[in-house]
Amino acid sequence: MTATTTAGPRAERTLMEGSEALVRAAIAADCKFFAGYPMTPFTEVLEHFARLLPDVGGACVNAESELEAVGMAWGALATGARAATGSTGQGLSLMQESFSEITLAELPLVIFNMARGQQDYYQATRGGGHGDYRHIVLAPHDITEGVQLVQLAFHLADKWRNPVLIYGDYLLAHTQEAVAVEPIPYPSLPAKDWAVDGTASGSGHSRGVTPLGVAKHGQRAFGQEGRAQYAASKIPFMEREVRVETAYLDDAETVIVAFGTPSKFVRYAIGRLREAGHKIGMVRPITLWPFPYEVVRDAARGANVVGSFELCAGQMIDDVRIGVAGQAPVEFLGGVSTDGSGFGVGRLLDVDVIEERILAVHTGKPLGIIPGTDAFHYELAAHQQEATP
Amino acid sequence: MTTSHTLGPVLDTTRAPERARVVEPLLPDLLLTQQHHMCPGCGEPIAVRGFLEALTELGVAPRSIGVAGIGCYTSFSSTMDVDLVQALHGRAPSLATGVKRMRPDAVVFTLQGDGDMVNEGLQEVIHTAARGEKVTCILLNNGVFGETGGHMTATSVIGQRTKSSLDGRDAEYHGYPILIGDLIARLEGAAYVARGSVHNAGAVARTKKMFRRAFESQIRGEGFSFVEVLTMCPTGWFIPTGEGPGYMTETLGEVHVMGELKVDGHVRTTEELHAENVARQAEVEAQLAAGGVRE
Ligand code: SF4
Repeated sequence: MTATTTAGPRAERTLMEGSEALVRAAIAADCKFFAGYPMTPFTEVLEHFARLLPDVGGACVNAESELEAVGMAWGALATGARAATGSTGQGLSLMQESFSEITLAELPLVIFNMARGQQDYYQATRGGGHGDYRHIVLAPHDITEGVQLVQLAFHLADKWRNPVLIYGDYLLAHTQEAVAVEPIPYPSLPAKDWAVDGTASGSGHSRGVTPLGVAKHGQRAFGQEGRAQYAASKIPFMEREVRVETAYLDDAETVIVAFGTPSKFVRYAIGRLREAGHKIGMVRPITLWPFPYEVVRDAARGANVVGSFELCAGQMIDDVRIGVAGQAPVEFLGGVSTDGSGFGVGRLLDVDVIEERILAVHTGKPLGIIPGTDAFHYELAAHQQEATP
Repeated sequence: MTTSHTLGPVLDTTRAPERARVVEPLLPDLLLTQQHHMCPGCGEPIAVRGFLEALTELGVAPRSIGVAGIGCYTSFSSTMDVDLVQALHGRAPSLATGVKRMRPDAVVFTLQGDGDMVNEGLQEVIHTAARGEKVTCILLNNGVFGETGGHMTATSVIGQRTKSSLDGRDAEYHGYPILIGDLIARLEGAAYVARGSVHNAGAVARTKKMFRRAFESQIRGEGFSFVEVLTMCPTGWFIPTGEGPGYMTETLGEVHVMGELKVDGHVRTTEELHAENVARQAEVEAQLAAGGVRE
């Protein structure tokens, strides 16, 4: 279990949009193929791949739909190339069928989800496709960490021959940060002797990349069931890849769990509350799957309350509850938070609002409804109706 | 409603019919002897043999990569001695795109059925053709979902009886069949488009030439190439095995007209293909009358 650290020697930093930094990180990790279909806020990831991949001898295809995008990446992966696709949660819903099969075929796909908030948590960690599968899910809290995690994603995907998903959002994709993108050296991995290049055709030992368990001549036939069983048997081993960051846990009476870019706002709010003398700590899962259950369990021991802050109706809270295992009450203090355009950067990313809500949980007061949100307007409308004779 | 058939004699498939004679070596280079799951009388294995032989003859066997869809032919993936990627229904052209972009020197082909390609994957094959992707898509068209037991597909012809159109496909109720080859031929990115069949020896030889031309076009980098092959599915058609070839030419063959639909940028109409087929038939008959056909 490790927390990510800032890259070693300070390299020259350039002010860069998150999308471009993530794409440059992918290229630093030797990604050679990308296919995608534009959708806000993911679009710029596609744009930067389209601009930068041909320069390194790669290819980026502006696919006709998400179905085609994931299929193209699937084909590229089968040749042994590092390849990726991505979208926004809505687009990934369309790709789920292929994600299931790609996982069964043990192909190392990297998926960029530039989500419109955090409502894709179940989709990312539980999947929406058929069959038993898990994807390692990495959730950077800023662009600098994103640059590291994208490279880690390609390494882990190859290491486990399993898809890895980057859970980003509007802020990660569209804000700018001064970053340096440098290749991170990872231990070398076995050669991809399973990949197809055509040279084995006609040799009597041609290769097959398949989710079905149909074997080529001389290979062991799994059968569909066996194939599924084999892919699932990796799950307990992949669970060791858990990554998490913690802060102020030593004496914490209240523990807040948060992930992704909102967690940075949460951390800032907790810092202010700490200065005011409130004993509040924080757990930030960097991997949403595998989830840092043990860290949450240890943090909950001795705490009065554990809060789950997430920009959705409460999805990660299920994992928080599993981790807490009944040691403390678990409170939900996030919510569906959108701005007028619906991209999930609404009032709940206001540090004052976050601080107020954390304090309410910490002091046992009711959370209340956030002014300006839909819930607030519904409540208002209900009251207005009541007043009508 | 009940229908009853008098079943014909069970065909003995353990030895060749008496009139059969060897015209090619029994085992093509890229085919491995292994158990398979195809029904007797199925047209698909003949088509598979055809393109495997074409790859060998062109000398590109050690650089060919296939992408297989889902259908009865999927059981051939272990028997074809070709590097193969297994796709889901409809997705093969997209996978082939990824393969080809990463391995531009490989000869990349897809193998799909009509349910796979024309039902579930219609947009994929259309877009791959429109993009001019330098791959060859092979369609085994028998007008039914053979593997599930003979259900109607987007290519089933009007009047065709299937498990989901028991009284025959009715345009009013089920809509019209899609003539996929004709559709693709009109796309700028498609370089070579042909529709063959495997209902008799002449058709098999002609279809093999189509495979060769399609692969040659890919090797020359001209763009997308497409070979549709009408194949028999006596099982899915609920007819005696021996009647397969005849049933096929009378139903599918009348609508999905055979011939080269696009060569060197020239698209042929159904009428042109008909005329060509009639002339060819006359020529063959003349040759037969003169003592035999040379193909
Ligand atoms: S069901 Fe039809 S297509 Fe499938 S193997 Fe049998 S005859 Fe061939």
